[in-house]
Amino acid sequence: MKGFFEYSKQAVLVTFSMLVLCGLIYPFAVTAVAQVLFNHQANGSLIDLEGEVVGSEKLGQAFTAPEYLWGRVSAVNYNTYTKEDLVPDVNGETAYGGVSSGTFNYAPSNPELKKRIEEDIETFLNANPGVQREQIPADLVTASGSGLDPHISVDAALIQMKRIAQASGLSVDDVEAIVKANTDSRTFGVFGEDKVNVLGVNLAIFEKVKEE
Amino acid sequence: MWQIALVLGIYLPLVIVAGHYLYHVTMQQKTWLDPVMNRIDNIIYKISGIKQVNMTGKQYVLALILSNAIMVLIGYIILRIQSALFLNPNGIGTMEATLSFNTIISFMTNTNLQHYSGESGLSYLSQMLVITFMMFTSAATGYAACMAFCRRLVAKTDTLGNFFVDFVRVITRVLIPISFIVALILVFQGSPQTFNSNETVHTIEGNMQDIALGPIASLESIKHVGTNGGGFNGANSTTPFENPTVISNIVEMLSMMLLPGACVVAFSLMVVNRKRKTLFGKQGLVIFAAMSILFLIGLTTCYLAERAGNPIIGELGITQDLGSMEGKEMRFGVAQSALFTVVTTAFTTGSVNNMHDTLTPLGGMVPLFNMMLNVVFGGKGVGLMNMMMYVMLTIFIACLMIGRTPQFLGKKIEEKEMKLIALCILIHPAIILVFSALAVSTVAGVEGITNPGAHGLSQVLYEYASSSANNGSGFEGLSDNSTFWNVTTGLAMFFGRYLSIIIQLTIASLLAKKLWHSESVGTLKTDNAMFTFLLVAIVLMIGALTFLPALALGPITEHLQIRS
Repeated sequence: MKGFFEYSKQAVLVTFSMLVLCGLIYPFAVTAVAQVLFNHQANGSLIDLEGEVVGSEKLGQAFTAPEYLWGRVSAVNYNTYTKEDLVPDVNGETAYGGVSSGTFNYAPSNPELKKRIEEDIETFLNANPGVQREQIPADLVTASGSGLDPHISVDAALIQMKRIAQASGLSVDDVEAIVKANTDSRTFGVFGEDKVNVLGVNLAIFEKVKEE
Repeated sequence: MWQIALVLGIYLPLVIVAGHYLYHVTMQQKTWLDPVMNRIDNIIYKISGIKQVNMTGKQYVLALILSNAIMVLIGYIILRIQSALFLNPNGIGTMEATLSFNTIISFMTNTNLQHYSGESGLSYLSQMLVITFMMFTSAATGYAACMAFCRRLVAKTDTLGNFFVDFVRVITRVLIPISFIVALILVFQGSPQTFNSNETVHTIEGNMQDIALGPIASLESIKHVGTNGGGFNGANSTTPFENPTVISNIVEMLSMMLLPGACVVAFSLMVVNRKRKTLFGKQGLVIFAAMSILFLIGLTTCYLAERAGNPIIGELGITQDLGSMEGKEMRFGVAQSALFTVVTTAFTTGSVNNMHDTLTPLGGMVPLFNMMLNVVFGGKGVGLMNMMMYVMLTIFIACLMIGRTPQFLGKKIEEKEMKLIALCILIHPAIILVFSALAVSTVAGVEGITNPGAHGLSQVLYEYASSSANNGSGFEGLSDNSTFWNVTTGLAMFFGRYLSIIIQLTIASLLAKKLWHSESVGTLKTDNAMFTFLLVAIVLMIGALTFLPALALGPITEHLQIRS
């Protein structure tokens, strides 16, 4: 019994020591060093456009206008919303439920998955006349895991260029140059996949259109 | 393919270095960090009243359970009153009672199953004081238990090692230094580390976007280093802020593979004669090889299944050159995703960089089976202990077949130990299968299932396998934040963790007290390739016998359905 009380006392004290060390000192120390060394990344890699924050380099955004590059399907719509989405409906629920992340979690055999992809293919083909169904790469019509994926594959960007050029008034060459500038190839030539940053492309288009 | 081989190639030298360091820390031998660390440790010992005296196996377990119980109590209180505390810039409310129970058990047992979503469920203070804190302490608990176990296998007495000393030393000398470095690498790659509230920005299309920030990197690093796996955000390491680049992805994988593998190396060094210098002891190498074979079988299966894509999407006429991309991130692609999936379930971390619910049936069966076996490296410390149960079982079966007395490291394995070993091996499948049966036969359980058909059963099996193996990943479609799911998975995690540790340390104590016999020609060799083969065969056989019926009804049926 003596051991029991002694161990309990030690357990309580060691818990509080670790609470302070691991729960407070450690995260505060990391924050201090990170804020000094990598200030931009530590605050979310935010993008500043003429004095206003327009997004983060790391996060995707929902784009629906024809003059912009479209990203992957997102179950949380990239946490992007309009003012109307915040107005409660009859049940008191809003279309935008607050910041979150995730995917639809449809199993490969789930009929909902097939239905969703089929609808998205139709929408895409209607908006991009001239593109053949078999040209659509799977990443464009499948949902990302986080719902915040900032990238699409290079092929998925290429098949949208005609539409973007027509809608934005830029030449196809201009759009192609912009896409190329925002393409990252595999890290060190092996790791990951070749990919295009959607927000990067769209910011470049936005500025280019403004210029002209 | 190459990128997978390269990552594994980087891993091997790292794990050997880490194993040697871990061995030095465990056996209280000199390291170059001593001048600083001894001072810090002494302050902690002084504050906590820890006397550095040896404990018996029973005392060790008692100290382990008591300290975990107190951490659970304090963590629970913080979650229930988090809205009233400081560092809550996003105004998060308090957590509901059964969800708090589930969360706190989940983090204390190193499981990190999450029935809440971090962005909306926890204040920054809770993320630090409860989640980050428990990630350190649960990993240290598992490690302490494992080292107590290994020491007893090679010792001639049951009175050795002090739980509190082991516990503190691994946190200050292993977990905090590694986590600190990894956290900075992650920030460099793009993980935020700030106490500012979430940001709302105006997009160029004229909409608004919410950006969830927080002290993410400091949690993210210990999440992997301690094989914890619970994410800051709901979607875990799929989110760009938790896992911004392919570099961060590789760093996270290596972090979670490092210490479970190092435990095996440290054990191998304990077994060899201390005077002889060696890189990797033979006995440990045999176990490491067996784990690696099981790992590679799983990895190949998962990669090929994901690479082949989903035939139902193929039928729609689009091109699937990239493989099955539903639920995956573009920056990782199939190769990095499949590798992460197998690593996170083999090393029992439970973080995900793609959504496992959306994996192809066979691709999803691999993580499920890894957790069912629970011995392919396994979580920090406990994986090695689980594998040791199979090692002794293999010795027992092999010796029965050739008519010799089963003996491991000079200690005879007798009736009492064998009963406990059998019990220990059976607890895990019993928890998974009994709870799954309960879930599919009750209304409250079935309500959580969200995918129709065979995949629904996979969701249930996965949830309990993940709980009992203390993994924490999920087929996240399952709507699991209900009283039924919170309580049953809470119990599964609790029993899966503590029953196993208690039984395993009891076995170690029994062996420690036994007389040591020198090896003779009649002793079964346990440090050669033949034994590796036997071990793999026994693990697969037991795994198949226990789980094949359930797997046949779940993932295998689904596979046949979508391929027909």
